Amino acid sequence: MRPFTYERATDLAAAVKAVAENPGARFLAGGTNLLDLMKLDIEQPTHLVDVNRLPLSAIEDTVEGGLRIGAMVTNSHLAADARVRARYSVLTQSIVSGGSGQLRNKATTGGNLLQRTRCAYFYDTSKPCNKRHPGSGCSALEGLNRNSAIFGASEACIATHPSDMAVALTALDAQVETVTPQGATRTLAVADLHRLPGDTPHIETNLAPGELIAAVILPPAAAGGQVYQKARDRASYAGGLASVAVVGTKVAFGAVAHKPWRAEKAEAALAAGASAVEAAHAELAGARDNGKNGFKIALVARMTVAALDEAKQGRGA
Amino acid sequence: MSSVKDWAAPNPVTENRSGIIGKGVDRYEGKLKVTGTAAYAYEVEPPSPPAYGYLLPATIARGRITAIDTAAAEASPGVQIVWTHLNVPKQARRGERANPRSQRASNPALAGDRVEFFGQPVAFVAADTWENARAATHLIQVDYAVEPAVLDFRASLASAEMPHGEEDVRIGDFDGAYAKAPVQIDETYFSPIQNHVQMEPCATTAWWDGDKVTVHTSIQMVKGGQHALAETLAIPSDRVHLLTRYIGGGFGGKGQSYDDLTLAALGAQALGRPVKVAYTRQQMFQATIHRPAVSMRVRLGAEPDGRLNAFAVEAVTHCARNAPFVEHAANFSRNLYAAPNRLTGHRLVKMDIPAAGPMRAPGEASGMLSLECAMDELAEKLGIDPIELRLRNEPDVDPETGKPFSIRQLVQCLNTGAQRFGWERRNPRPGQVRDGRWLVGMGMACAIRGNFLLPAKAGVRIDADGTVTLRQGMTDIGTGTYTILAQITAETMGVTMEQVKIELGDSDFPPAPGSGGQFGAATAGSAAFEANMNLRKALAELAIGDPNSPLYGGDPTYVTFGNGNIAIENRSESLGALVARAAPEGVYVEGSITPAADARDYSQHTYGAHFAEVGVDTVTGEVRMRKMFGVFAAGRILNAKTARSQVTGGMIWGVGTALTEGNVVDPRYGSFINQDMAGYLVPTHADIVDLDAIFLAEADDKANPMGIKGVGELGICGAGAAVANAIYNACGVRLRDYPMTPDKVLEGLMAKGL
Ligand SMILES: Cc1cc2nc3c(=O)[nH]c(=O)nc-3n(C[C@H](O)[C@H](O)[C@H](O)COP(=O)(O)OP(=O)(O)OC[C@H]3O[C@@H](n4cnc5c(N)ncnc54)[C@H](O)[C@@H]3O)c2cc1C
Ligand code: SF4
Repeated sequence: MRPFTYERATDLAAAVKAVAENPGARFLAGGTNLLDLMKLDIEQPTHLVDVNRLPLSAIEDTVEGGLRIGAMVTNSHLAADARVRARYSVLTQSIVSGGSGQLRNKATTGGNLLQRTRCAYFYDTSKPCNKRHPGSGCSALEGLNRNSAIFGASEACIATHPSDMAVALTALDAQVETVTPQGATRTLAVADLHRLPGDTPHIETNLAPGELIAAVILPPAAAGGQVYQKARDRASYAGGLASVAVVGTKVAFGAVAHKPWRAEKAEAALAAGASAVEAAHAELAGARDNGKNGFKIALVARMTVAALDEAKQGRGA
Repeated sequence: MSSVKDWAAPNPVTENRSGIIGKGVDRYEGKLKVTGTAAYAYEVEPPSPPAYGYLLPATIARGRITAIDTAAAEASPGVQIVWTHLNVPKQARRGERANPRSQRASNPALAGDRVEFFGQPVAFVAADTWENARAATHLIQVDYAVEPAVLDFRASLASAEMPHGEEDVRIGDFDGAYAKAPVQIDETYFSPIQNHVQMEPCATTAWWDGDKVTVHTSIQMVKGGQHALAETLAIPSDRVHLLTRYIGGGFGGKGQSYDDLTLAALGAQALGRPVKVAYTRQQMFQATIHRPAVSMRVRLGAEPDGRLNAFAVEAVTHCARNAPFVEHAANFSRNLYAAPNRLTGHRLVKMDIPAAGPMRAPGEASGMLSLECAMDELAEKLGIDPIELRLRNEPDVDPETGKPFSIRQLVQCLNTGAQRFGWERRNPRPGQVRDGRWLVGMGMACAIRGNFLLPAKAGVRIDADGTVTLRQGMTDIGTGTYTILAQITAETMGVTMEQVKIELGDSDFPPAPGSGGQFGAATAGSAAFEANMNLRKALAELAIGDPNSPLYGGDPTYVTFGNGNIAIENRSESLGALVARAAPEGVYVEGSITPAADARDYSQHTYGAHFAEVGVDTVTGEVRMRKMFGVFAAGRILNAKTARSQVTGGMIWGVGTALTEGNVVDPRYGSFINQDMAGYLVPTHADIVDLDAIFLAEADDKANPMGIKGVGELGICGAGAAVANAIYNACGVRLRDYPMTPDKVLEGLMAKGL
């Protein structure tokens, strides 16, 4: 960890300005990801703007019949909210499958979306990594990363996005509401928040530097069952090897790409009357393994079929 | 020297009049630990404000440091020391032993420009705060000349050699018998490198008074640490005062000292103020010892009735090029099953990764993962129940040496366990029991682990207020040593637990070998027992010789101790009253234990049987525990609670071994890929469902005066194999490559068309 300065923001516009005007500045929310990365010298911000006291901690009903979730709502609070549990159970299922109780108590909605990859080589500063040091190379490509991406990877980076919550939000067609450095409010789909790695794996989202996530907006949930399934090496407190979120006939995958992966081909196949097996294969036909993660292709296909079946039987509806 | 016959005589512990022995009394130091007031090495308050050290690890596996630029670090705020091999204070050369009686040789830090493993400390910074030290360390630039390195164990198996000074053990004619055996098993099993993942990292707080250094450090062996530091600093060991009062886990990884100890002492000397140094979690993975990987070939030749005729267990393992260590993974099999024609042995690959070393049940823990699965495979091939197969190969005497067993209750463990676990529910055909998405199965395995007694001493004093204080240069690495020593002392002296004080972990105290090899309780406990017996003798003499004592002039052979009193029949007085009057300054005696002259005439082990039930998710290949039960026979149990916690802890480690734990070396860099607890997965609470263990009634009068044996390592032995066998029984997928992660299980399921 390098020395840094710290301020606690009390005003939204000022917080955005403080980060937008200082290239070394970062927002600090729960700190469960950022502080770890700073301790390991992976991130080296010179200034932290603590957004914990900003008035962004409410979960409100929207006129459209959905929910507006403040960026500072903790993962624990969100998963336990009665409206979320009743109408968006896939979201609760995904959140409680992540981390541990202690982490969820600190982790925030905004921070969770923007958590960085768990690629082991990203975490080891002695190794080349294009995400940490653009142009240094990707150690995982020829490395031992069985947990790398099967969708949308590039020669520059095969890392995955590790959030569980974001996968459910993607299947729920959630929107992110932000405050831009110019002070404007804009919204974009969660599915459009993260980028594929391409040649610039260090640029992970479509947010401008200093752009603040203010809220996540849930539209009324699509009809049908809601299921989140996560395969992992141990029963709790482990990142996913793969995960599948199903909301009616909407499908998203986790831990398989640089972003939560919307299974559009599977959805299209389902809409055209395909079976769950056919739909899964329609999506997985586009998957590519890099030698060590080939099992994920079969794994995701099998999980998709099982999750669609479960949703069809009405779980979480 | 005593004989095992002397040990068989009744004594206060075996008579256990007040019933303290065996009771599940709470931990002696439990309150301090749960209230955060037990000061671990790094938290010890030094006499004046300390400086904080931080180590810079090498980022190559093998080669030479060609340049180090420390200018930026030296100019960094708060920095007081920046040391590299170019300017570190002089230390004795590695391996030097100025005092031939030192238990450990010199182990200098930053000793030269050679890099022998990724993670090796190559620079040291001390600063006014830990944060400043860490920030400055990141500013050091090191250039290396990289040399070729051996980093891929599985690719290097062919280069394995016979370990120095060893040979295979051959009995009968294995090759001939195996060739003729009507039923054969020939399989190779692989278990990966494991890390101890102690909760507390290696850490030291050091300061000097004149020419004497005081170090609080986290180490399993008090004398070993004291001698290592003395040899490294080239000073007499009486100028090193080493303390290690509380230890947050050792598991063998802290059987030796590391650079935190050396550099804290050197730093404190150079600065004239205390220095604290700790390893980070990443350094614990990369720069301390690990359990080496084992590739084990098992060949079994059996008659159709299951009797083994030919038996070979051959291990290939590895160690660091300059730190010889053999994981004796085949040794356990020499004492387990009868078979007239036997072959066991080890081969070693020298590698350029950190030193391999002992970890909880070295040998057995990885070794049993193979044979206990091979027996399962053989049982299936023969159509015999795996428990029955073991019963048919139960030896009457040690199968290798022919010595009698001191006591062996393996069969009782198997039978009791089968009944308590409900083994009869098991369908011998794999893949038959469904529970929704899950296939459910059961497996079992045996456990065996040696029992040891080493020489040890203890001192005990009684004060005028009746308090009995036992002092020993012993460690409690979280196992319950404080507690069982308090029980032994209370029972032997006939006082309550509240009247007993236990002081451990101090190099000024009578020495004990420390914690390791599951010899701690038997070794330290026996010395403590002997010291207490000597105190009884001294107090009896004191009372009988004191005209003011009601026992005056009595016959010492009739003196009894109980309820805080010393008595001859109905003549009694309290111990406190006696000491206050007749020896107001207190009475101090010492006692010691050495192995009995004839102890080696017996084959002596601890035994157990594991039973596991798992579910395999047929969609994902995830394996989840449903139930696990262990039955163990390990001599007299001193404390039902701490002993159970030791064996269940071992079983849980076995679950981790079977399902998640393993450290992979990236052969391009020589570093471990998993270097934190998010990457190296040990079982969580959610992984452990319905896990329990019991002990059979036992006293091993060939072991020591109290008839106790070790329990610390027994629980892990065989545990992982029971889980692996349960996976096979559940879904018919036989994996021989630990850990059995979902990707491997899924591949097996798909190969079976599931
Ligand atoms: C051991 C461990 C296990 C874990 N397991 C899981 C798991 O199984 N599943 C899972 O999904 N997650 C897991 N996590 C990750 C955890 O969910 C994230 O660390 C957490 O959600 C991050 O939220 P935070 O509020 O602490 O973010 P912070 O660490 O405070 O911030 C993360 C990033 O987001 C930025 N940021 C924060 N808030 C905003 C905002 N409002 N607008 C713009 N930028 C912002 C910060 O600048 C920073 O770059 C695990 C974490 C750990 C440490
Ligand atoms: S996969 Fe991405 S994060 Fe991992 S090493 Fe390669 S570039 Fe870095």
